[in-house]
Amino acid sequence: MNRLVRFVPLVLLLVVIAGLVWRLATPVDTNVTSKLEGKPVPAFDLGPAIAAKPALSSRDLATGRPRIVNIFASWCVPCISEVKVLEQLKARGAAIDGIAVRDRPEDVAQFLARYGDPYERIGSDEQSRVQIALGSSGVPESFIVDRRGIIRYQHVGAIEPADVPMILDKLEQAR
Amino acid sequence: MRAFPSLRGALATKQSSSAPRSGLLRYARNDVLVALMLAIASPLLADSNLPPAYWANRQLPDPKQEGQAQALMQELRCVVCQGQSIADSDAELAGDMRDLVRRRIAAGEKPSAIRAWLVQRYGSWISYKPTGEPAAWPLWLAPLALLVVGALLVRRRISLRRRG
Repeated sequence: MNRLVRFVPLVLLLVVIAGLVWRLATPVDTNVTSKLEGKPVPAFDLGPAIAAKPALSSRDLATGRPRIVNIFASWCVPCISEVKVLEQLKARGAAIDGIAVRDRPEDVAQFLARYGDPYERIGSDEQSRVQIALGSSGVPESFIVDRRGIIRYQHVGAIEPADVPMILDKLEQAR
Repeated sequence: MRAFPSLRGALATKQSSSAPRSGLLRYARNDVLVALMLAIASPLLADSNLPPAYWANRQLPDPKQEGQAQALMQELRCVVCQGQSIADSDAELAGDMRDLVRRRIAAGEKPSAIRAWLVQRYGSWISYKPTGEPAAWPLWLAPLALLVVGALLVRRRISLRRRG
C-alpha cells in the first residue's frame, strides 16, 4: 500500500500535463453564443439607419421566407469584406436585412456606397439594445430567421466565402 | 531580441548620412522616434463614433437604485472583455449594457429579473454569480471535500502523537 502511495504525485503530475497538452491542442472556444436559437426573434422596432432605406422591426422578419439578419457597423473592419459575401448570397436568392450598431446615417450611407449594399431593410441600433436582446456579442454577426420568425442559426464573426454553401443550406433548412 | 539592434543600426545609418552625431545621441533619438511612431500608430480599434449611452457613465439620482444597479453590474460579465464585469469594462457594449441595467432599474424592474433576461440571451455565462447547475457542483463540493480531508489528516496526526 505505502509503495503505491509513492506514485500518487507522479500520477497527478501526468494528469496535469495531459490536461495542459489537451487544452493547448484544442483551445477553448471563446465565442459567446446566443441562447435564442430555436426561439422567436425578440420584439423590437428600430428606426431607419439611412433615409433611403426602410427601417427594420421584428415583424418584418416573419414574412413567410427565411431571412438573414446581419449585425454590422460602418466602423467594423471585417464587415467590409463580409459585405461582398453577403452580395453573393443575395445573388443566389437570400433575403438579407441589416442592423447597424452604434452608427450614424452618413457613415452607413458611405459604407454602403463604397463597399456594397445587399440589404433590403436596415435598422439603426444606436445603443446596441437590439444586439443585446438578440444575445449577440459583437459585429459582425448574423442570424438566420425562418419563415415564422424563429431564430434557426447564429453565425459569430464574418461570413467567409467558404461559408456560402453552408449558409445557403441553413436557409434551405429554415424554409 | 537580436532583431532590434539591427533595426536600430539601419535607422542610425540612414540618419547619420544626413547629420553625423555622437553615437549615444543618435541611439537616443532613434528610441524617441520609434516611441513616437508607436504612439501615433493607432491599433485597429473597433470602436464607433457615437458617444457613450446616456446612463453608461452616469449615476442614477436615487442612491438606493444606483446601489442596486452597481451590485448587478459587478455581477454581469462583459461579453467583449471576457473576465471583466460590465462595471469595470471600457468596452462600448459594456457601456450600453450599463445603460440598459440603469434604465430598467430606474423603471422599477428587479435586478433578479434583469439578470434572468440576460441569462435567457447569453446563458449563465453572462453572470458571475455561481449557479446550482451540475457544472458548478465541484465548486460547491470542493470546500466540503477539503474540510473532510483536513479533518482526517488532523485526526491521524493526533492519534500518532498520542501513541508516540
